[in-house]
Amino acid sequence: MLDDFLVRAALAGLGVALAAAPLGCFVVWRRMAYFGDATAHAAILGVALSLLLSTSIFAGVLVVSLMMATLVSLLSGRGYAMDTLLGVMAHSALAFGLVAVSFLSGVRIDLMAYLFGDILAVGKGDLALIGGGALLVVCLVGWRWSALLTATLDGDLARASGIDPGREQLVLTLSLAVVVAVALKVVGVLLIAALLIIPAAAARPFCRTPEIMALLAAVIGAASTTGGLQAAYWLDTPTGPTIVSLAAILFALSSLAGQLKRRMSRAEPSSAAPPLSAAGTEQPTPGRCRAP
Amino acid sequence: MPLLSIDDLHVALGGRTVLEGIELHLDRGEIVTLVGPNGSGKSTLLRAIIGAVRPAGGRLVRQPGLTIGYVPQRLAIDPTLPMTVTRFLNLPRRHPVQTLRQALERAGVPGLGRQQVTALSGGQFQRILLARALLEQPDLLLLDEATQGLDHRGTADFYRQIANVRRELGCAVLMVSHELHVVMRASDRVVCLNRHVCCQGTPERVLASPAYRALFGPDTVDALAFYRHAHDHAHHDHPAGTPAPAPTATAPLEASR
Repeated sequence: MLDDFLVRAALAGLGVALAAAPLGCFVVWRRMAYFGDATAHAAILGVALSLLLSTSIFAGVLVVSLMMATLVSLLSGRGYAMDTLLGVMAHSALAFGLVAVSFLSGVRIDLMAYLFGDILAVGKGDLALIGGGALLVVCLVGWRWSALLTATLDGDLARASGIDPGREQLVLTLSLAVVVAVALKVVGVLLIAALLIIPAAAARPFCRTPEIMALLAAVIGAASTTGGLQAAYWLDTPTGPTIVSLAAILFALSSLAGQLKRRMSRAEPSSAAPPLSAAGTEQPTPGRCRAP
Repeated sequence: MPLLSIDDLHVALGGRTVLEGIELHLDRGEIVTLVGPNGSGKSTLLRAIIGAVRPAGGRLVRQPGLTIGYVPQRLAIDPTLPMTVTRFLNLPRRHPVQTLRQALERAGVPGLGRQQVTALSGGQFQRILLARALLEQPDLLLLDEATQGLDHRGTADFYRQIANVRRELGCAVLMVSHELHVVMRASDRVVCLNRHVCCQGTPERVLASPAYRALFGPDTVDALAFYRHAHDHAHHDHPAGTPAPAPTATAPLEASR
């Protein structure tokens, strides 16, 4: 079965989608969208360096992404606004990566494959790496789930319960680097962040708890990758961008549905409307009030 | 061994000294209130106790295995994070459904369990925060202006609940508050903070101390008047700088409640 390149591609896509879903939820909740971007863009530098040093591309990307994520974590809150800092880091990493690639005169590498992914070229070895990486991330996030959620709510609240928010941030950083490394082959450097954020954002309008959002994001991600793979096959379009396009369409539909849902619930007479207390309206204004 | 002993604690934030020479000891069952003007380091002291800020000097020793219940001044939950009240109460540890129902009832917000946290009013959310802190059965309850956003009845309920909790759990309570008149009646001990501990002791002693009056000015008089008359229908937010009549300020203190 694994000899069929389409089956391998589908499994690779599913693996990445499942790992990216819960992690993507945290990226959305913590407003780290650009953080994902910066980490992903650093991957191209990782590709160049591993080709230069002729090491495994997976390892090179993992190390560089991890370094990037750590660097961003360390630099945050030191004088620059986070979005400025990430904008600088993400694009410089990409630029340096592209420059570094151009020095590799001896090797002809298919840059497009790294920028946009090449899911149809996933081999059995790649599949093992993707599966292992995805499993690692799902286990790591699942194991730390409650602590991660508490730390996401509020650092001090977490600390008071004996949870170190710094350690939880490290778990997220590490998972992010692993997801970037395994997703590189599937959607490429430029679109990894999309696979993190779009399914989570599309899931949001239909969820009451964080757990449901993570599950639904996984379903949407899986649907996007398998559906996108099919669509690319029929339409003869590049696979990575097709997957992300499908996810974007699902997001648009879910936003519409969410709007409709909100309209409907507003039209119903709400029983939860807070009654205006009589005491509240009669409270004296501060200027007229005197101590007895 | 006390629950918490703080000796000669110094804390600096961004190179600026925020707290210096703090001495504070808390025993089981005590209700202690921190009062002080804005920027006097009250919240920072609480954050140092939970370990969120590293002391620059001194000693801060928590009893080993101390469980802390913390109610922050403010908690902004990102609207992208779906969270029901029940799920929030189950963080970081899950509790039986029955326990949660009781906790909500005790907090005066029964039946809110399925509501989204972001849909709650400020006062409701404040009660939920307290309920969550109490679920952990804390040895030490830290409240940072926890009655913010509560109406008068809510505030009275809140302090009644604190008194009950102290009786039931035997925990110590350390709270920051600006509602001087209520606080004075609800506390065993008041610590007046302005980067250092200006004075501490029973509410009567602190109210009478010159350091406290220097810090709070005319408010002192109000607090004292309220304290003595034990009125509950307070008009506490009179404009700053309006001196209230002060006939009772220098009168001998009564210990009546």
